[in-house]
Amino acid sequence: MTTILINGEAREVDVPPDMPLLWVLRDVVGLTGTKFGCGIAQCGACTVHVDGKPARSCVLPVSAVGNRAVTTVEAVGETEIGRRVQEAWLGVEVVQCGYCQSGQIMSAAALLGRNPAPDDAAIDAAMSGNICRCATYPRIRAAIKRAAGLPAETV
Amino acid sequence: MHGPIGRPAYGVLEPEDLSVASRRRFLKAGTFMFGFAVLARAGKAAAQSQGEEPSLRAITPGGPESGAAFDGFAPGGFIRIPSQGKITFIIPSTEMGQGIYTGEAMLLAEELEVTLDQVEVVPAPPNELLYSQPILKSQATGGSTSTRGAWGPLRQAGAAARTMLIAAAAQRWNVATDTCFADQGRVYCRANGQSLPYGALVQAVRAQPVPRNVPLKQPGQFKLIGRSLQRVDTPSKVNGTAVFGIDVKVPDMKVAVMEICPAQGGRLRSMEDRGARTVPGVVDVLRIDNAVAVVADHFWAAKKGLEQLELRWDFAGHEKVSSERILADLKHASENGKPILGRVLGDADKAMDDADSRVEAVYELPFLAHATMEPMNTTVHVRPDGCDIWVGTQAPTAVQGAAAKVLGIPPERVMVHNHLIGGGFGRRLVAESVTQAVQFARQVPYPLKVVQTREQDIRHDLFRPAYYDRIAAGLGPDGLVKVMTDRITGGSVLGSYLPTGLPDGTLDSDAVEGADRTPYSIPNVRVDWIRRDPPIKVNWWRGVGPAHNVHVVESFIDECAHSVGRDPVEYRLAMLKDNPRSYRVLEMAARRSGWGKPLPPRTGRGVSLHDSFGSHLALVCEAHVTPAGEVRLRRLVAVIDCGQTVNPNSVQAQIEGGVLFGISAALYNAITIQEGQVEQSNFNDYRQLRINETPPIEVHIVQSTDDPGGVGEAGTVSAAPALANAIFAATGVRLRRLPIDRAALMEKGAGKRVIAPPAVALGLGAAALAWGSDTGGAA
Repeated sequence: MTTILINGEAREVDVPPDMPLLWVLRDVVGLTGTKFGCGIAQCGACTVHVDGKPARSCVLPVSAVGNRAVTTVEAVGETEIGRRVQEAWLGVEVVQCGYCQSGQIMSAAALLGRNPAPDDAAIDAAMSGNICRCATYPRIRAAIKRAAGLPAETV
Repeated sequence: MHGPIGRPAYGVLEPEDLSVASRRRFLKAGTFMFGFAVLARAGKAAAQSQGEEPSLRAITPGGPESGAAFDGFAPGGFIRIPSQGKITFIIPSTEMGQGIYTGEAMLLAEELEVTLDQVEVVPAPPNELLYSQPILKSQATGGSTSTRGAWGPLRQAGAAARTMLIAAAAQRWNVATDTCFADQGRVYCRANGQSLPYGALVQAVRAQPVPRNVPLKQPGQFKLIGRSLQRVDTPSKVNGTAVFGIDVKVPDMKVAVMEICPAQGGRLRSMEDRGARTVPGVVDVLRIDNAVAVVADHFWAAKKGLEQLELRWDFAGHEKVSSERILADLKHASENGKPILGRVLGDADKAMDDADSRVEAVYELPFLAHATMEPMNTTVHVRPDGCDIWVGTQAPTAVQGAAAKVLGIPPERVMVHNHLIGGGFGRRLVAESVTQAVQFARQVPYPLKVVQTREQDIRHDLFRPAYYDRIAAGLGPDGLVKVMTDRITGGSVLGSYLPTGLPDGTLDSDAVEGADRTPYSIPNVRVDWIRRDPPIKVNWWRGVGPAHNVHVVESFIDECAHSVGRDPVEYRLAMLKDNPRSYRVLEMAARRSGWGKPLPPRTGRGVSLHDSFGSHLALVCEAHVTPAGEVRLRRLVAVIDCGQTVNPNSVQAQIEGGVLFGISAALYNAITIQEGQVEQSNFNDYRQLRINETPPIEVHIVQSTDDPGGVGEAGTVSAAPALANAIFAATGVRLRRLPIDRAALMEKGAGKRVIAPPAVALGLGAAALAWGSDTGGAA
């Protein structure tokens, strides 16, 4: 048995140590907000926070999580930054198909956690690991600025 | 039904909601429902067999068996008004990101006189009789047709319902109907000052006659249409509660991961599965003709098990398939095949002979994968008495039919639970992955979720066809195009899609769409198509025919303009005198983009224009090409006239995303095949545009009250030619093959080379040589 702290709750799971956190979340714990996109840390759809830092859960063995706190999109709205990001996402109407947006929101919340006023270069650096096939990128950029309280620019 | 998530909400229609028995209960409990269908033709029995029925009585005088029809349609089931609680809209089109749940709900709500927070939307179950879309003539979502198809019928459905509700209230109050009006889900009487909620009228309204030809609101009367309302599906998509097909959880469900024969058309020869069965969590190893699946408690165990399998495949001769051979085959067919006429106007041969100058070119386009963010997946439970399928599909009845065929049971015993789609782009119009999932699931008693890995999703996609197109123009003394011929060579998507196929010698209109009718006044035209189906399956891809043809035509019109030394915008405008809507969007795009203003070295602007899906779209792309040949996008400006907008913010979002989707493919994407196997596998080698590569994009929408045009694919159609034309303007290099070849754009040696395939300038006038290898430089 492995114990992991997910969204503030200690969860006991009976899984092999090399099992990526993604599949523990989705198929064992039942939190399906975190998405499977590529399995090789190329698309960012599986992004969660581990101790507040963004992590690609599709390549993170559950044994490597240890006692660090895992936060998923289901609970990120309980933090002030996460709530602002979700509100901005709706305010700018970022979302199209929405499949990648859990990961986008987790990457964005992590960015704002370490940089409350990111410029375009900081946004590029933090968000270029997240692919969106609907290409909502201009609105993601705008929503991050809105969540940060920065002036809006052309979307 | 799921509880509301935010307001308004997206819900899931449970199967019993649509069963005949429960419908009767629903009716007895005081629910009033109606919508549209072609039941007048199809008859009651067929409707009941699909699990739909009684709502029709509410709107069809004498019931469906009477044969009476409303405006040519008999009603079906878009609207459910219960005595209490939210109204349910059953949305005929699939939500895959384009915002159609919101758009179609707005059409219903506008005439029904309700607000979106008074309704919940659910996806329609498979039922061709009720939900067949008038343009596609099937229950499918694609081709940028949803809003166009729904524009009349859904507003009529709302208007008929509202009219009946008002009549019922007037009768109760014993007042004239013209003293009553509806607003926000209530009927009001001006005479007596009273009001009633719709829910209080659900019994009485069923005795009301069905109105015919209810006048619809005029644009000035719209309360919702034309406003950027918050989408109904997005709140659940930002907090992780949205349920896509891949998120489905069914009791006792197991997860399967597959290996499919690497060469399409091959089969499994042998399998050694002892190792796989020892992996903890693995419960079964299944095989079908051309694939194997390891079944486990969760995806990871299944994947680990799969890695332990020893598989031997029989490629059955398909190892000879390669991109090179396919391309050579297309070229050969283009030069020797028998063309099928797409469109003829005037006398192309004579006009070509009479031309002052001629321009010719060959364009090649690659196979393309869809690479939706949500990998393909299907959850199936085959029971003794039928089958349940949980999937996100653009074509619910295709899913139902595919499963029924595998199982040899009637379609109505297949229950399809449609879900939100994590990217469609045409991929989920076909049900071949459902067929495969059912073939596995029928072997086990438990529900089986079959999930493709990304590698399988890309390698075993059904691709947009490759094309080889020869295009030519004859220019008049003024330099304008007097004749255009376009010989298109490629596979038939329609032939691949239709269950019956497309007979040889029959035109696939998709193959020529976007070339047969251009925005321009060209007096002589001949567009034809040589069908050459590749040895791999092909499929619809965002932008369909126009995405391929407009790239060729709009790149080539640029070539024509440069051949006579004219500005690409001014040249196009000169041929748009009879097309004011296209003239306007092009003129606006030029103005908004600063067309003609100076730019830094190796930086250029390119334009494209097309009339597709009933919309008119001009795009200006500004790009810089580095000395190393890397393309840096600087700015995109789009102007669209799509007629009346339903939700302008959704239009804007579709153009933004559609343009960037097309740019991504043009910059990076080609599916190539060696020894029968697809060479690409994941986002590392099937690269996609990322945020750091995305320039600012402006979308301007022309205010219009014309009927709506399609927007979901229009932007994608515009992208590649505007980009290629910008690259030409920046470098003088004309790229006639996609994706963009960086090596060809490197500064060293020549910015003025023409990249193969070679074009032939027939020097009938000095101007005709002012392009290609002798081009005088950037525009």
